Amino acid sequence: MGKTIAEKIFSKHSKKDVKAGDYILANLDIVLVNDITGPLSVIEFQKLGDIKVFDKDKIVIICDHFTPNKDIKSAQNVKMLRNFAKNQNIKHFYEPGHVGIEHVMIPELGLARPGYLIIGADSHTCTYGALNAFSTGVGSTDAGMAMATGDTWFRVPPSFKVEIRGKQKKWISGKDVVLNLIGKIGVEGANYFALEFCGEGLRNLSIDDRFTISNMAIECGGKAGIFNYDEITHQYLESLGINAFDYIEADKDANYEKSITIDLSELDYTVSLPFSPDNTVNVSKLEKTYVDQVVIGSCTNGRLSDLRVAAEILTNKKVKDGLRVIVLPGSPKVYLEALREGLIEKFILAGAAVSTPTCGPCLGGHMGILAEDEVCVSTTNRNFIGRMGHPKSKVILASPAVAAASAITGYITSPEEVM
Amino acid sequence: MILEGAARIFGNNIDTDLIIAARYLTETNEVELGKNLFKDLRPNFVNEMNKGDIIVAGNNFGCGSSREHAPLAIKGAGISAVIANSFARIFFRNAINVGLPIFVTSENLNSIEEGDKLSINASEGILLNKTKNKTYKFDPYPEFLLNLVQIGGLFNFTKNRLKEVQKNV
Repeated sequence: MGKTIAEKIFSKHSKKDVKAGDYILANLDIVLVNDITGPLSVIEFQKLGDIKVFDKDKIVIICDHFTPNKDIKSAQNVKMLRNFAKNQNIKHFYEPGHVGIEHVMIPELGLARPGYLIIGADSHTCTYGALNAFSTGVGSTDAGMAMATGDTWFRVPPSFKVEIRGKQKKWISGKDVVLNLIGKIGVEGANYFALEFCGEGLRNLSIDDRFTISNMAIECGGKAGIFNYDEITHQYLESLGINAFDYIEADKDANYEKSITIDLSELDYTVSLPFSPDNTVNVSKLEKTYVDQVVIGSCTNGRLSDLRVAAEILTNKKVKDGLRVIVLPGSPKVYLEALREGLIEKFILAGAAVSTPTCGPCLGGHMGILAEDEVCVSTTNRNFIGRMGHPKSKVILASPAVAAASAITGYITSPEEVM
Repeated sequence: MILEGAARIFGNNIDTDLIIAARYLTETNEVELGKNLFKDLRPNFVNEMNKGDIIVAGNNFGCGSSREHAPLAIKGAGISAVIANSFARIFFRNAINVGLPIFVTSENLNSIEEGDKLSINASEGILLNKTKNKTYKFDPYPEFLLNLVQIGGLFNFTKNRLKEVQKNV
């Protein structure tokens, strides 16, 4: 029996011939924490005694959730992480001005590579599957202990094959693909599974589309969302100056417990209504749904191509009166490129607020919290009860194109309606 | 291990935001976190419950964020165990790592009502509803996890291995 990408990556990192279901210890290429999960990790690490981290270059601390710090407690937490990074000589610690959203920054920094095994104390660590890595979210204790040992325990997951076919129409994006997938299989549809994305349709999905899709693998319970390596992955890594790595391909006779096919040509603009990411509906079938706020950004859709789409739709147009539109570039690099391309100017002229890179309102942190009964259309990844503020507020998940179009009309709108 | 307490009933897909909302995540102490357990779902929950109470849930309990604050808040509030038809992967892992006893059962738990007196025999894999005199079986931990739980979680596991793994640092 052949092996899946997940089985091959775990075999390589445990130096054993492993198969789905095995419990193993595996060596890690990157251990990631943020300003919410990091303090708990460091507290646990420090209880181990006066020791050094396993590799100062393989630990990444990105304080993105409440950055720039929103209150005294979040400032104290970051201060603690800053001191830890300094004492342990950790290379990858970033301050405001250099810091962005972890899952946007890590690929940019060239830290995620094909064939890598990455854990992060953040559920959206699965984002790097777009680059053919096995990356997965864990808890703080996991990350803290891994900082000491450089390894952790895993149950090797069974795999779920997602075959992509066809070509999508203009404005349909990775967000529509992944919302469609989650809507089809449900929020528990891939619980404990590694999703593997393959098929001839992959050539129509840009690297940013893939980041968006892998990012939301967790929203259907996926342990990882791994893409086959191809020319698009190659070109992206080459643009970062990365050439040395071994990419991983599944064997032709690998075992998949489940499989599904998605035809890109059949996709329409998809949104997730409150309060679950699998509560999906096509925009064309939606009753007129008014919103109070539009958020464009996050680890799901805060990349340059996302801002380009939003800016194209908002060019020479105005945000609907009474609406708040918040744009959050995912990293300083994204912000700077958006500035140089004139996107930021377009946002401001349209009447949108542009924030420094931060997770901000996505998790109800800061920079756009919702009041009672308010509705937000957002390019973020979760629409749970109270996710963005008041327990009686509502979040609707959408692509940057739908979010930008909705900013012009004030209700959930397809881009074709305004272009 | 025998765990006893009143049933606190929850449904399917109870996410980590409902367990502990993001606005409380600057806190790291489990007792402090426990004061805001289920705040947005059942605002008065921590006042209504008693130490030792057992959460009974449906599918996909703990879906969403990787926040370990979620099992810590449950533990910190004094809940003794969670039994559900399934757990989200990261929550399951976190609960094992922080020492919150959680159990997966394929049996239908719908006949258990809020406040029923429950008793869990963890080693035998039996949940007893003392109020209704009805028993349910649940799956024992796989061997690897049982070892992890028996030595007190991931911290002790790591502490035991530390000399070996740190000699190359």
